Amino acid sequence: MTVEPRNDAFVAFEHVQKSYDGVTLVVKDLNLSIGKGEFLTMLGPSGSGKTTCLMMLAGFETATNGEIRLDGRPINQVPPHKRGIGMVFQNYALFPHMTVGENLAFPLEVRGMGKSDREAKIKRALDMVQMGAFANRRPAQLSGGQQQRIALARALVFDPKLVLMDEPLGALDKQLREHMQFEIKHLHENLGITVVYVTHDQGEALTMSDRVAVFNDGRIQQLAPPADLYERPENSFVAQFIGENNKLLGTIEELSGDKALVRLATGELIDATPVNVKEKGGKTLVSIRPERVEFKPEIMPPGAHMIDAEVLEIIYMGDILRVVLKVAGSDDFVMKMRNTLGQTRLEPGQKIKVGWHPQDARALDP
Amino acid sequence: MADAAQILTTADGRPLKAALAAAQGRAKRRAFLLVLPLLLFVLLTFLVPIAYMLMRSVEHDGFAASAPALVEWFDENPDFDPANPPEEAFAALVQDLARMQEERTTGIAGTRINYSVPGSISMFKKGAREAAGLEPPYKEALLAVDANFGRPALWRGMASASNAYTAEFYLVASDRKLTDAGWARGGDKERIYLYLFGKTFMISALITVICLLLAFPVAHLLATLPMSKAALLMILVLLPFWTSLLVRTTAWIVLLQEQGVVNNLLVGLGLLDDKGRLSMMYNMTGTVVAMTHVLLPFMILPLYSVMRVIPPSYARAARSLGATSWTTFRRVYLPQTLPGIAAGSLLVFILAVGYYITPALVGGADGQLISNLIQFHMSKSNWSLAAAIAAMLLAAILILYWIYDRLVGIDRLKFG
Ligand SMILES: Nc1ncnc2c1ncn2[C@@H]1O[C@H](COP(=O)(O)OP(=O)(O)O)[C@@H](O)[C@H]1O
Ligand SMILES: [Mg+2]
Repeated sequence: MTVEPRNDAFVAFEHVQKSYDGVTLVVKDLNLSIGKGEFLTMLGPSGSGKTTCLMMLAGFETATNGEIRLDGRPINQVPPHKRGIGMVFQNYALFPHMTVGENLAFPLEVRGMGKSDREAKIKRALDMVQMGAFANRRPAQLSGGQQQRIALARALVFDPKLVLMDEPLGALDKQLREHMQFEIKHLHENLGITVVYVTHDQGEALTMSDRVAVFNDGRIQQLAPPADLYERPENSFVAQFIGENNKLLGTIEELSGDKALVRLATGELIDATPVNVKEKGGKTLVSIRPERVEFKPEIMPPGAHMIDAEVLEIIYMGDILRVVLKVAGSDDFVMKMRNTLGQTRLEPGQKIKVGWHPQDARALDP
Repeated sequence: MADAAQILTTADGRPLKAALAAAQGRAKRRAFLLVLPLLLFVLLTFLVPIAYMLMRSVEHDGFAASAPALVEWFDENPDFDPANPPEEAFAALVQDLARMQEERTTGIAGTRINYSVPGSISMFKKGAREAAGLEPPYKEALLAVDANFGRPALWRGMASASNAYTAEFYLVASDRKLTDAGWARGGDKERIYLYLFGKTFMISALITVICLLLAFPVAHLLATLPMSKAALLMILVLLPFWTSLLVRTTAWIVLLQEQGVVNNLLVGLGLLDDKGRLSMMYNMTGTVVAMTHVLLPFMILPLYSVMRVIPPSYARAARSLGATSWTTFRRVYLPQTLPGIAAGSLLVFILAVGYYITPALVGGADGQLISNLIQFHMSKSNWSLAAAIAAMLLAAILILYWIYDRLVGIDRLKFG
């Protein structure tokens, strides 16, 4: 984990709240510190307040309460054009009446830079995104992916220390999106800039980020590196939002240190690791990743519980097989099997037993 | 590339182009039938009258039809000396004058000559009354009736009017007059037409600029307000369209006249002396104020339609790149509103140039525009002169439109 101490954070939100209408809080008590050179992603469903946070950082919205600091300096009163923050917008916001070159010259001109310096910088920035040959085109003459690159180059051309990106790849098709993710990640590594990236695409968040802040309902639900987020979700929202996830509702039967025994509504007992449950007898939602579900008793640890399941459907997906099971009364329990040569073939209607390692099942708040 | 030898064909062997044309022909014919009523309407009520107007501006047979003897003589002697026409010419004139008296065409023939040689009507009337009793030699006899019958200008005018087709009305409408030596510019006091043209264009430009200055912030507000508030404001903008032009103009009279609301208020507040009341009505000020009000929506609407589709992210991008709000406005926002500015200005300017009712009602003597002059000539049955002025106005606007197309590009216009 790379959680920096508060005082040398590059960007810091402290007790930031935001309301647009004076009735509801869109951002509720945001505390977040971002280290220098970090790639931090704000991930969350639409309407969870990610853009609002970014706009407050960029200076287009004012925080209703709390303080935002950039490089140790409070910036609540600093107008956007004096913050020196590069920004990439979802629709790119390339000025349509200017050529690509003029778009890139704009931030340098308003800083009073001389013509020769400007040209050198523009060339460098365009080469950086492999668009050196396009300086005289208009944005309308470029494809979506090319516009995306220009928007990136324009946000970087004046050497900002911090770059904000609000769903910059949202308008691209899947293949291009994956390619651009890779390129943005590389630019980040090569330039040593700090990036705050907003997306609602969890795959994007997991592949690109140093840390991910999962937003829901105006709060950060979990702030952690991608692997932690996926493997150790701290609450049921994160567990459900990130990746595929099987949910089983039950009550805590036994609770001892890092082990819990949960009795499901249908009476079966299962093993789990307690995360944010506190007492025996309390309700819990147990979350298990489909690829961690086992059906071969021989690879289960001794003493682990297994429960009855019925195969409903097998979906062939090439590299894996998705098996939909009826488990503990619910018929949307999913198990993923690798499609290997020696893999056991299951049939619909077949009765099997499934189980998991206790640390792969996380007992969360219901 | 397909060369002539291998033209692409459909599966059954027809050339692809012909097949495509056949497939689309039906749809095209149907579309044409749908617009046909409008096409006929435009043709009958717009194009035909314009063609007729252009025709009237170069044609007037008032003299040519009622003076056959002179027409024949002018035909035979195209190179006669207007300063000293021979006896046969006077004989033909006397013969025609007698005939006019008989057929009661003196007025119309005199009017035709009167356009280029003022004072001709009364001469013709006098001459026609006496013509039947005149004896040869006709030259002396006629000159005895009115010595002006010998003026070279009159003879030039009659020679020119003996042809029904003429450019004379355009010459008159550009302040030329027929003197004894031929066509020449009128004296300073007589140059009313070109002066009024100039004034009309100046006033229209002024109104366009005022409209633009007033409309820009309003349109911007409309485009940025939330939908519900924008709808309310839009109703206020459109309100003038729903009230009669006459009512609106009268309202301005009530407000601005010398005993009107504004003056009373200023006097009441002690800002003005009772004797020093401002005259804002029945003059140029009244025309400019009332026309600006009438034409303002025509500027607001195109501006609004352009501004509404400019995403706020452009301004945000500019600000994040380090531009102050003024630079953002000047370099990013304003250039993107240009199509709206262009469309609104063109619309307002063209409407203003041809505006008639408002200046007629509130313009007084000093606030009249060229359209009021056209109306004046129409009311005096000077159709050809009115048509010539109108045609010149049309030409001026077409030229402006053309310049505009070269500078801005008509395809970049956005009216809504
Ligand atoms: N300018 C605004 N005025 C009023 N409400 C807004 C405005 N912008 C966003 N909101 C509201 O704030 C909430 C969070 O929005 P946003 O920050 O855009 O979420 P996200 O980017 O996560 O989708 C939403 O409920 C949205 O309706
Ligand atoms: Mg958003």
